[in-house]
Amino acid sequence: MKTEQYRIIEKSSFNDFINSLIASQKVIGPVYKGFNNYTFEEIKSAQEMSLNYIPTIIPPKKYFMPQKETILEFDTKETLHVEPVSEYEELILFGVHTCDIAGLRCLNVVLSDEPKDISYLIRKRYITIIGLECNAYCDEYASCSFVGAHVPTTGYDLMFTDLGDYFIVHIHSSKGMDIVKQANIFKPADNYDFEALKALREKKDRIFNNEVPTERRYLPDLIDRSWNASVWKELEQKCLGCGNCTSVCPTCYCFDIKEDVDFTLKAGQRYRVWFSCQLDPFAKVAGGIDFRRERSARQRHRFYRKFRYHIDRYGMFFCTGCGRCSRTCMAKINLKEVLTALIKESETKIWRKWL
Amino acid sequence: MEKVVIKKSPYNVKKARIIDIKQLTEKEKLFRVILEDNSWLDYEPGQFIMVSLMGIGEIPISICSSPLNRDYFEICVRAVGKVTESMHRLNVGEIIGIRGPYGKGFPIRMIEAHDLLIIAGGLGLAPLRSLILYAIDNRRDFGEIHILFGCKTPEELLFSDEIEEWGRRLDLHFACTVDRADPDWKGNIGLITSLIPGVDIDPIRTYAAVVGPPIMYKFVIKELLAKGLPVDQILLSFERHMKCGMGKCGRCQIQNLYCCKDGPVFTFKEIMDMAEAL
Ligand SMILES: Cc1cc2nc3c(=O)[nH]c(=O)nc-3n(C[C@H](O)[C@H](O)[C@H](O)COP(=O)(O)OP(=O)(O)OC[C@H]3O[C@@H](n4cnc5c(N)ncnc54)[C@H](O)[C@@H]3O)c2cc1C
Ligand code: SF4
Ligand code: SF4
Ligand code: FES
Repeated sequence: MKTEQYRIIEKSSFNDFINSLIASQKVIGPVYKGFNNYTFEEIKSAQEMSLNYIPTIIPPKKYFMPQKETILEFDTKETLHVEPVSEYEELILFGVHTCDIAGLRCLNVVLSDEPKDISYLIRKRYITIIGLECNAYCDEYASCSFVGAHVPTTGYDLMFTDLGDYFIVHIHSSKGMDIVKQANIFKPADNYDFEALKALREKKDRIFNNEVPTERRYLPDLIDRSWNASVWKELEQKCLGCGNCTSVCPTCYCFDIKEDVDFTLKAGQRYRVWFSCQLDPFAKVAGGIDFRRERSARQRHRFYRKFRYHIDRYGMFFCTGCGRCSRTCMAKINLKEVLTALIKESETKIWRKWL
Repeated sequence: MEKVVIKKSPYNVKKARIIDIKQLTEKEKLFRVILEDNSWLDYEPGQFIMVSLMGIGEIPISICSSPLNRDYFEICVRAVGKVTESMHRLNVGEIIGIRGPYGKGFPIRMIEAHDLLIIAGGLGLAPLRSLILYAIDNRRDFGEIHILFGCKTPEELLFSDEIEEWGRRLDLHFACTVDRADPDWKGNIGLITSLIPGVDIDPIRTYAAVVGPPIMYKFVIKELLAKGLPVDQILLSFERHMKCGMGKCGRCQIQNLYCCKDGPVFTFKEIMDMAEAL
């Protein structure tokens, strides 16, 4: 650990720091909306933020890959005129939890894979990410430690960790360093602070424990063996096919491409919008053939996509354990319960083989 | 919100001009196209492009001409819906947008020096025509060439002039069949699978290239395996819904493969254990 990359900031100066950020730039932070719901939105003063928040309804991916995004503008009045466009905004995202930072890393590997998604890369360049570490679980739906997203690793400019009266701040990029320098209220961290941080992480190791009764490294294998599991059939009965689980997921990025024309029918935009593998037309082809007609097959696809397919392609899980899918599901389909049921089913199968 | 124009956007389209249109059947038209900037589209047989009609939509279409033709390229479009029907209303001289080529086509380097068995069902002949024309252009680099083509009815036969010529050629074997014949039909009647047992091939030396409707694959593969073709010498091109064409939108995902990027051409070996492929 590079000690010169750490600073501390007293909680008494925290609001001044946020307000100074707001004075210079658009700042987005977690805001309480009632009924235990939070959203990321623009804040005009530090008091509007709720730092003690559970995952927001929609993850911060909405700033990196907007729900609706214009990709081309066209005009066919005289001859075809097409202009590919990209929209971006300079933003500071404040208070992003480590699970959501892990989600952004997932988007990043996909969208910077060839051919690069230039709009995403431009937007990413203009967004500063300031993280906020969780010292305890948000709620019973979280499974962040199972996938290793409960401690900060990479993917942020600054990371704030609450150590009681003050935050210790990890500076991870020169952009982060600029902010710290400009604010001029951060102090160097000393051995006492590092000991406190170490003690906190050790305590976290004890609190954040595998939420699913297996180890992370066994999961891809387990999923591989679960193609015909009866668990999927049970989900067939429950799932409503509403697609909520995928719209709130920080690692889902599937989209549709559509277009709008203006009243002249000559000019308009082509845009992309979030879409979901849980919805009906997603995998249909000619003659009405649907390669994932059953909801069981769609749910299986969702879980395989999180824990198996992207391991082959990108070497990482595409679940950050944020718990949003379970929190939002009207049918009360719970990710941890599904994984647990798969483990149980696979155990009985393996036992049977050995007996 | 700032807005910038990014010419390098992967979604940008090139302007392309239609220079000829031929009605092939009641539902299919062949469009001959050139790029407006007179550059040449560098593609391999089996690859596809995304075709745009601005304000209407964008769809994947296989390129069906020989990649060695530097004057133009061709696409064969069946009118089935919004974009394809609008395409059928276009005239010579009109401009469309294209991007691509995308995907992995037929692995020409691997196929060369082998015998070739081409099996086309209906519109599947479009992507295969590109391979056939390439093989004819480079005839001496291939061994025996067999072409089997099946359609529902004689009226649906695509590229009928060319097919007649293929049938007359001495350097390839061509057979054609229809599910339902009319009184004028003199050829075979029956499913395309009925033609396979009769072709005389050395399975070890042969690559089979198969494109057709989803239902066709299982049956054709069974016949090819019965002939003794190795699983990695059976090439299949798949059709899935596609939106981005570059492995991002998720629409064409077949388990851990993207049809648009890892395919559309796969060997049977690659997909034989995949429950969602066939
Ligand atoms: C790699 C690839 C190559 C293709 N090559 C050709 C070709 O050479 N010639 C050709 O005519 N067609 C080809 N297609 C199919 C073509 O893309 C669809 O017919 C087209 O997208 C239909 O668009 P539409 O707006 O006219 O129809 P829509 O109004 O969108 O839909 C009409 C009907 O077509 C079906 N459909 C829509 N999109 C697809 C699709 N991608 N695949 C299958 N069915 C679809 C719908 O389910 C619906 O039943 C290809 C598809 C792929 C994936
Ligand atoms: S949110 Fe629940 S009900 Fe809706 S599609 Fe997802 S799993 Fe099914
Ligand atoms: S699958 Fe569920 S828990 Fe995992 S990242 Fe997506 S929303 Fe969060
Ligand atoms: S068409 Fe978008 S992933 Fe293949």
